[in-house]
Amino acid sequence: MESSRYLPEASLDAWLGELASSHELIVPRREGDAIVFGPYDPAVSPDISRDATAPPKSTVFPACEELMRYSSVKDADDPSRTLVRMEEVMPSGSRVVFGARPCGTRGFTVYDRVFDAPAMHDPYYVARRQNTLFVTLACSEAGSACFCHWVGSGPADASGSDVLLVPVKGGWLAEGVSDKGRELLDSPLLAPGDKYAGEAKAAKAKAMESLESAADLKPAPESLLAVFDDMEFWNRMSAKCISCGACTYLCPTCYCFNITDENKGMEGSRLRTWDNCMSFQFTLEASGHNPRPTKAHRLKNRVGHKFSYYPGLHGGAIACCGCGRCIKSCPAGVDIRQIVLAAMDRAKATSQGNTTGERA
Amino acid sequence: MSCSVNPYLPDMATILETVQETPNIKTFRVRLDNPDRMAAFRFQPGQVGQLTSFGAGESTFVINSPPTRMDYLQFSVMRAGEVTSSLHGLKAGDKVGVRAPLGNHFPYESMKGKDVVFIGGGIGMAPLRTLLLFMLDNRKDYGSISLLYGARSPEDMAFRDELPEWLSRKDLNTVLTIDREAPGWEHRVGLIPNVLREMAPKAENCVAITCGPPIMIKFTLQALKELGFADDQIVTTLEKRMKCGVGLCGRCNIGGKYVCVDGPVFTYAQLKELPNEL
Repeated sequence: MESSRYLPEASLDAWLGELASSHELIVPRREGDAIVFGPYDPAVSPDISRDATAPPKSTVFPACEELMRYSSVKDADDPSRTLVRMEEVMPSGSRVVFGARPCGTRGFTVYDRVFDAPAMHDPYYVARRQNTLFVTLACSEAGSACFCHWVGSGPADASGSDVLLVPVKGGWLAEGVSDKGRELLDSPLLAPGDKYAGEAKAAKAKAMESLESAADLKPAPESLLAVFDDMEFWNRMSAKCISCGACTYLCPTCYCFNITDENKGMEGSRLRTWDNCMSFQFTLEASGHNPRPTKAHRLKNRVGHKFSYYPGLHGGAIACCGCGRCIKSCPAGVDIRQIVLAAMDRAKATSQGNTTGERA
Repeated sequence: MSCSVNPYLPDMATILETVQETPNIKTFRVRLDNPDRMAAFRFQPGQVGQLTSFGAGESTFVINSPPTRMDYLQFSVMRAGEVTSSLHGLKAGDKVGVRAPLGNHFPYESMKGKDVVFIGGGIGMAPLRTLLLFMLDNRKDYGSISLLYGARSPEDMAFRDELPEWLSRKDLNTVLTIDREAPGWEHRVGLIPNVLREMAPKAENCVAITCGPPIMIKFTLQALKELGFADDQIVTTLEKRMKCGVGLCGRCNIGGKYVCVDGPVFTYAQLKELPNEL
């Protein structure tokens, strides 16, 4: 089996139809002004004109999923007693997600280290992750808020993907990344890809060149800890934040969640839902004490987790894919890049005895 | 961690008995319904579990019975919100879910041969009870054992059925205190840190274990420092809002540590290494 095949643009719909015949197919679709991932409809072409408004994270880590069902039943031997039956609900079925960008699929590598680790195996996540294939579309040019190259990624990063589609003349060079991805390319609708290899390589290089030079984030983990108690700094960084949570819900690497029960009469479900570390209630304790009482404390934790705590736990890997959604979609203009740069500047300036060297 | 492959699935359990400890604290004694699971259940003093009231959800509580007494698992629940209120409505024979054991435990091995001072405030007595009973069941392994237990009023004092025994034991120095005078109260009156100063336990070869409201912990730490206790001689448990209990959901982290897996037990020396976010 060839690892690279040519997908002519004219064959895209037919290939998607072929994928949909053997898998549940998820594609980016236009909904109003937004592009979101949803079930493939043969009558509607996917919108791959730009990166989707919402990342593909819900395809593996749904915004709301059932962990188990329970029901209350009368004890036949003692009708005054009620018994409870539990039933595990495990995801099944194979799916292909088409048209995510490299930052979106790279986000799953951040999850993998947490949800599929030696110490912890989240069966719901792992079942979906193993049964979901990603046909990712390499970017041709950088967007205004893109900073994937700051975090060790790039416009043609294939990490987390099974197939990478690189735009070439009249279509895409489809590069098989995983064994399962290479199997997807075994279709008569795709042609030999060798002669497009050079063009694809040039397209990747051109996309990388469209990004401005990357900031050096090596000092970030230590810097964020160094400014941990500097609440004047964090109050300033969070001044514009309105704690709406858009940054967390649209982030391909945010994975905080809640677990709640939802009753329907004598039965109910235990649900896992996305949660938002920017909300006051997130860490509010039963006693009324809240270790993160202000939005400054919460923003500090959010940025600290991505650029300091997570790297500290996972061999330096940054828990941010640089997609820029939190920047583009923030109604108040909070820019995580500026916060990290400012923290590094602040830590450096403080260590040198002055506090005026900040960029933001 | 539960032996179950799925860390989110609780074991079904039956409430054997409940004890109304105080107006807002109720103790539940439960057994796992699967006898093999119950027989195989192992935990260490200080470990916690998630207790489910089906339909209301789960909350985290310490297993406050000791591993030396496995007739049942005991959880004491202060009514504070939806889940705890629902749990308070349950009675003997009702079903609950148990996800346990979770988290780390008290360093009881390294405390062998040492004197121990327990300092508990309010519901903070629950985790201390586990270790206290464990040590009393292994009494020869430890030096002198003291207990300072305080509550706002006599009515707020949990484990009242056990207090007479604790007070009468020759191998346990028990001091009870309440914040303000109350009719019929025959023990100490005063805030825990002040009573601790009066008790003046010797720091040499001693470990202090404290649990209670954050404000009590703060001033108790001050008192212990004045008494000469080093940071690694002070052990406490942290209360955090926890949900998943397995280090994923993200709400109980302090920097890179997750209280649900790296805690809830920490020495004061360990706490000082963490970012200041208690």
